[in-house]
Amino acid sequence: MNFAVLQFPASNCDQDAIHALRDVLGQSARYLWHKETSLGDADAVIVPGGFSYGDYLRCGAIARFSPVMQAVKQFADNGGLVLGICNGFQVLTEAGLLPGALVRNRDLQFHCEHIFLKTVTPDSPFTNKIPPGKWLKIPIAHGEGCYFADEETLAKLKANHQVLWQYCDVNGNLTDTANPNGSLLNIAGVCNEHRNVAGLMPHPERACEPLLGSDDGKWILESLIAALEKKTVAHAA
Amino acid sequence: MKAKIVITPKKAVVDPQGKTVKGALEQMGYQGVAAVHVGKYIEIELAPGTDRTAAQQALNDAAHKFLSNPIIEDYKLEIE
Repeated sequence: MNFAVLQFPASNCDQDAIHALRDVLGQSARYLWHKETSLGDADAVIVPGGFSYGDYLRCGAIARFSPVMQAVKQFADNGGLVLGICNGFQVLTEAGLLPGALVRNRDLQFHCEHIFLKTVTPDSPFTNKIPPGKWLKIPIAHGEGCYFADEETLAKLKANHQVLWQYCDVNGNLTDTANPNGSLLNIAGVCNEHRNVAGLMPHPERACEPLLGSDDGKWILESLIAALEKKTVAHAA
Repeated sequence: MKAKIVITPKKAVVDPQGKTVKGALEQMGYQGVAAVHVGKYIEIELAPGTDRTAAQQALNDAAHKFLSNPIIEDYKLEIE
């Protein structure tokens, strides 16, 4: 499958994403500069982590207006699969492609650590390969990852099963101490109503090899690849 | 002409910066602080001859779409 990994000024997880996709998962993946206006032959888009445009104004606020994001918006509107990681998640919420917003961590600290994720909704292009009852050990590295949405939006997210991952402890319990940033309902990642756009604060691309302390991130990227393969087969038939 | 835009966090959004500043003020002995909200201030200098009403309209649009995020922030716009 062909992945496009976006690059904004001050993206810094773009290389990690390319490495995980190409070298670990054997996919075709290329960088796509923020000034590009077309996604070319991309089957899926990764909006990587970092500090796009220096996090000026608000995280993701300026990146959302870049030329490449207009192409991503069109791609997403046509059903294309888009995954935003960390700053990528912030960009997608600012762009209105995902509900809610990410605000300053409740303790004002930048958190750089491994956390555990409970997959709440297994039926999505981003979670379909994750074994039931498997808590994913994945690193986070952010200062503004506290998920916020108003009550109406939260109710809608729950009703439509759009919450994909929640922060949990090592046994899968959704406790307050397992919540690293104060996110409402321990939310770590959500998808849109059509289930083709998702975002999460943790970094699955940094957890694809045992050498890095965990390879649980592969479950998420492999889910995406499986969904793309299924889509291609359906298209061919 | 100058446009002044003050952006503050919405009441429903937890504002850890405001809480921390409040705690520090209290620790320093300043009394009677009920709450602190930390936001942003943006000043935009308008080119000479700019139509005030048109600028107000355009900047309201920009403040809603870009300068603030209506999900988490409120803004006030003044042109002087």
